[in-house]
Amino acid sequence: MVTRRSWIGWQFTGPFLAVFALVFLAPIGYSAYLSVFRTRLVGGTSFVGLENYTKALSDPQFWEALSRVTLFLAVQVPIMLGLALLVALAIDSGRLYGSGFFRVAIFLPYAVPAVVGCLMWGFLYSTRFGLVGNLNEAFGVTLPEPLSPDHILTSIGNIVTWEFIGYNMLILYSGLRVVDTALYEAAAIDGAGQFRIIRAIKLPALRGPLVVATIFSIVGSFQLFNEPQILDSLAPNSITTYFTPNVYAFQLSFLGQQINYSATIALIMGVATMIVAYVFQRRSLKGVA
Amino acid sequence: MMITRRRALVGAALSITLLATGCSNADDPEAGGAAATTVSDADVQAALTAGGELTVWAWDTTLTKVVADFQVKYPKVKVKLVNAGQGNDQYTALQNAIAAGTGLPDVAQIEYYALPQFALVKSVADLNTYGAASLESTFTKGTWNAVRSSGKIYGFPIDSGPMALFYNKEVFDKHQIAVPTTWEEYAAAAEKLHKADAKSYITSDSGDAGFTTSLIWQAGGKPYTVKGTDVTVNFADAGTQKFAAQWQKLIDGKLLSPVVGWTDEWYKGLGDGTIASLVTGAWMPSNLESGAKAANGKWRVAPMPQWEAGGKSTAENGGSSLAIPDKSTNKTLAYGFLKYAAIGEGAKSRVDNGAFPATNAELNAPEFLSKEFPYFGGQKVNEVLAASAGQVVSGWSYLPFQVYANSIYGDTVGKAYIGQGTLQDGLKSWQEASVKYGQEQGFTVK
Repeated sequence: MVTRRSWIGWQFTGPFLAVFALVFLAPIGYSAYLSVFRTRLVGGTSFVGLENYTKALSDPQFWEALSRVTLFLAVQVPIMLGLALLVALAIDSGRLYGSGFFRVAIFLPYAVPAVVGCLMWGFLYSTRFGLVGNLNEAFGVTLPEPLSPDHILTSIGNIVTWEFIGYNMLILYSGLRVVDTALYEAAAIDGAGQFRIIRAIKLPALRGPLVVATIFSIVGSFQLFNEPQILDSLAPNSITTYFTPNVYAFQLSFLGQQINYSATIALIMGVATMIVAYVFQRRSLKGVA
Repeated sequence: MMITRRRALVGAALSITLLATGCSNADDPEAGGAAATTVSDADVQAALTAGGELTVWAWDTTLTKVVADFQVKYPKVKVKLVNAGQGNDQYTALQNAIAAGTGLPDVAQIEYYALPQFALVKSVADLNTYGAASLESTFTKGTWNAVRSSGKIYGFPIDSGPMALFYNKEVFDKHQIAVPTTWEEYAAAAEKLHKADAKSYITSDSGDAGFTTSLIWQAGGKPYTVKGTDVTVNFADAGTQKFAAQWQKLIDGKLLSPVVGWTDEWYKGLGDGTIASLVTGAWMPSNLESGAKAANGKWRVAPMPQWEAGGKSTAENGGSSLAIPDKSTNKTLAYGFLKYAAIGEGAKSRVDNGAFPATNAELNAPEFLSKEFPYFGGQKVNEVLAASAGQVVSGWSYLPFQVYANSIYGDTVGKAYIGQGTLQDGLKSWQEASVKYGQEQGFTVK
């Protein structure tokens, strides 16, 4: 009987495990395998052990990329989630006229393919034929160039915020919808105002969804790729080939033919993301069921 | 006609397996020198008559007609023309096919600057085996140098990009600017134009590796020397200095439009006169005709500005060759096609369809030289371009990892265009980064 029971379990999980192993474990395993070799144009492939890892940890370009996305994470994510929270609360308050329209309108950028969104913003940012250029001309001012090296990260932050506010708003809004309305009634009877309700009921209820949204954003920040890669064609000198870790890994494998080193960078980033996300989850959910 | 020069944005990924299979003989650089002719013209002719199947990977649109005509002439040969992507997309696919050993084309289009990379790992055949050396005088000097390395011939040139000055005559006339004949005059013209009209620039340049290397080439600089796997990168030579000093003036004076090449903005600028000239390869006319229609009739072509007054030196910018992957099983037949497409009938047909020839016969043909271009106000543009082809400075070579080097241009030299350091500094870091990469890849780099 014991054998039979365990077989049934395998039958249920088997298909999942097979696909999981194929599309998840195998690529990671293969990357790990690649990362202990080195292939050169002259001299071929040789086993180098952990040399790629020590190289990565002392690679100034990698560290520059990593600190850039960390800065991005520290600044852009709080702004984006703060705005998403504000919008979610506003829509949930029931005092907003046409909240259905706002919900869809704010979510819409998420439905726009990232490539299209980036190209559109790239055009708006242009100081010659774009919106910024038009503003400069119309008001006779000289706005800062969004695509210059000093401002490009902010400009990318703006694009990402635009893209993902709606998505995060939806996560938070759904968190608010499951709050038992009896709580609001009770609060009203106790004479609590809107802000009191937000502080005492809504925000605590949003703790879980906020953690989820933050983890998604941490992962998203570390994996920043589309926006810099697309804007690179408009501002090639502002975006280096090691702008973010992912851009760097892409450059290494597809232009530098350093597939082994690229795999190493990818694995390090994967582990780093996991650690940051895990630590954040542990700390923020402490004491919650 | 295709655009043969683009930003090297996308990369040629040499796959690991390729190197694992191709590396065994990659470290004996000069082994044996050029191969002796072992396949005669008669053998090639016999293969053409006997027939067979050929797969050709190319994006050049003028080859479509060549393939059709070729099959009429040799009815037993079936040619499959495949567009496997343009430039680096195709190189990536090609490397994968070479590595896998299956799905390999018999003929592939490869740009001049990328050819050394394929030659290095011997993934393209040395055409000396088929007696290609005897065709030296058929091709222009510049293109022949581009397909040859250490006595080996890795492909046949199919087009070329001898450089010339393309300028908007209407804009020049309006501001009474004489056509510059030296770079000194070019800088003066740039200043005069921008002063007269703050919206107009003499040209756009936000940093382009191909353009930079071409100008250094013209100035007589030879920053790259390649002998097998011994490579030197040195941007300190006199030619490079000349370029860096002169071009820095244009950057400092903010006389270059920062519009990035090949974008919509760029074409718009070329059309409305805010980008008043371009110094680029001879393949440009058809691009102007299709991309900047608004300026129809306004553009003209003049010889490339010179580094010394009265000089007659030019450089190449872009252009591509047809090569035979070494692992093709049908190389003799493939060589037959190569010859047909690159010289004689094939070359003529391609020129008729807008390609800029790499062969002397087509280049000097009266009907080619006397062709009047309505877009250029009826000017016989090819006369200027053909003259440029004969004046290309010899002895230039690209790095065997030029695709990569160009990809990091923006990280290094590009900085000078946004005011972070000078061109000189940028070239120095470009050199350092290229050397570092070369060493990592096992080259002996100095």
